[in-house]
Amino acid sequence: MSRAAAEGIEVEGLVREFKNGPRAVDGIELQVSPGEIYGFLGPNGAGKSTTVLMLTTLLPPTAGTARVAGHDIIRDGAAVRASIGAALQEAALDPLLTGRDHMRLQTTLQGVPKAKRRERGDELIDRVGLTDAADRKVGGYSGGMKRRLDVALALVHSPRVLFLDEPTTGLDPSSRADLWAEVARLAREDGVTVFLTTQYLEEADVLADRVGIIDRGKIVAEGTPEALKAQIGRPSVEAVPADPSDRDALAAVLSRFGAVVPSPPGHAAVRLDSAEDLVAVVRALDAADLRVADLQLHQPSLDDVFLAKTGRKLDLDETPEEVAA
Amino acid sequence: MTLWQQTYEMARRSVLQTLRQPAMVIPPVLFPLVLMGINVSGLDAATKIPGFPTDSYLDFAIAFPFVQGSLFASINAGTAIARDVETGFLNRLALTPMRRAAMLLGQLAGVLVVALISGVIYLAVGFAAGLHVKSGFWGVVVLLVLAMLIALAFASVGAFIGLRTGSGEAVQGVFPLFFVFLFLSSSSLPRNLIEHEWFRTIATYNPVSYLFEGLRSLIIFGWQGQALELGFLFAGAIALIGVTGSSTALRNRLART
Repeated sequence: MSRAAAEGIEVEGLVREFKNGPRAVDGIELQVSPGEIYGFLGPNGAGKSTTVLMLTTLLPPTAGTARVAGHDIIRDGAAVRASIGAALQEAALDPLLTGRDHMRLQTTLQGVPKAKRRERGDELIDRVGLTDAADRKVGGYSGGMKRRLDVALALVHSPRVLFLDEPTTGLDPSSRADLWAEVARLAREDGVTVFLTTQYLEEADVLADRVGIIDRGKIVAEGTPEALKAQIGRPSVEAVPADPSDRDALAAVLSRFGAVVPSPPGHAAVRLDSAEDLVAVVRALDAADLRVADLQLHQPSLDDVFLAKTGRKLDLDETPEEVAA
Repeated sequence: MTLWQQTYEMARRSVLQTLRQPAMVIPPVLFPLVLMGINVSGLDAATKIPGFPTDSYLDFAIAFPFVQGSLFASINAGTAIARDVETGFLNRLALTPMRRAAMLLGQLAGVLVVALISGVIYLAVGFAAGLHVKSGFWGVVVLLVLAMLIALAFASVGAFIGLRTGSGEAVQGVFPLFFVFLFLSSSSLPRNLIEHEWFRTIATYNPVSYLFEGLRSLIIFGWQGQALELGFLFAGAIALIGVTGSSTALRNRLART
């Protein structure tokens, strides 16, 4: 078996239907290469977590198949589980156990040799910066500490493939950056294949080698973040009037320079043909005697890709920082 | 990794969980003793009723904390498992090579350890207050074995409810129903001395009566085969139903491929 097959992920026509509901996952196809960080990006309810549950063998698919680390997720679930680590959507920890208790339980259940359990546990606890808190009950940990322990627990048996389901949701920027660094290190230095779901554009943009965008159970775009943004190619300009009552007049002026794109209430935004149009926009606003409180040129983002593919904004207001606050 | 090792780790976790929550240690130990103390002081005159099997109500009532403590054990087991469902910890366990049986047995074994410690405390308090066990030392040993089987029976029912509902609140909600079974039994009086026929009939059909009578027989009568057999039989039957039900519920809950 090639390394690509033995340490990557191959998904073919994966479907999951729930009773009396729409298809949560609707025939997705994807491949993740060994050592690659694959960002699975989509809004809440898009099918990200359902996909992870199927790929980690915790939820049988309705149709389709997938191979994870070279093993069929339907016929060979035990072998898949032995090859993967997973930190699912909520940090699945027992609030009454300490960090070290968790390590002991996880190393034992994952079959780490008895002589190495303590050493392996301490090594991972140290790697995620929890040595000082290792003997405290997890119920008193912050969200970031829980997440870091969650990831460390997923690594006790040195898995070849790691699934991280929205690992930074609710974390403060510092904790998020720490986790990104650890995930990047795992992929770059240890060669771990990482399948990461996120609803944060920035996370996918910064961390992922390739991104799959999922919406309503279907993958609507896939590629490197740069390639996806290049598909959009054109920047947008967003303006905020100094006088809120000027918003409609401002939008009317901007609309002369391109198609309107969604923007927060009180703002107006259009897609420009090129960044050079910005000068003309400023002159037109001046000519119309419209004063602006803020004017920004946005390079294409993954959000623009999502918008172009689905007609909706992925993440209009919610950023990780705002969530953390 | 053997089933035994896996079960041991899960049982260790279950005991730690209990010991780290005073609210889960105090009720199974203290409340049954307090209730027994109230009964002993308030119902002592019952021993004067013709046909009452002993002249010490303490000897009669000591079975009560064992059964009531087992009910608390069932709540603890059910709540702990429901919390594992709610927090996703069950999924974490499901992603390890651990066998399903170890998950369940470990949780139940942890409950049994707590039940054993509670049982020893009940007996210690009982002996300090003048308890006599007619069947002697080995009777005490068999009493503890039967008490643990009863704890296993109720804990497995609690585990079943926890796994089926995945809700600690639902487990707590069933608790009052269990208490009805406890009191509509021969917990306070021998069945032949219960005056009202409807009560006596319910107590006769209530399997909890036979748990009390099995425990009590060792203390009051010595080695009385039929009561002891029925005690073990009903406790075993409830345990079998509970463990089978919770195993099935766990299999459904963990529909991993």
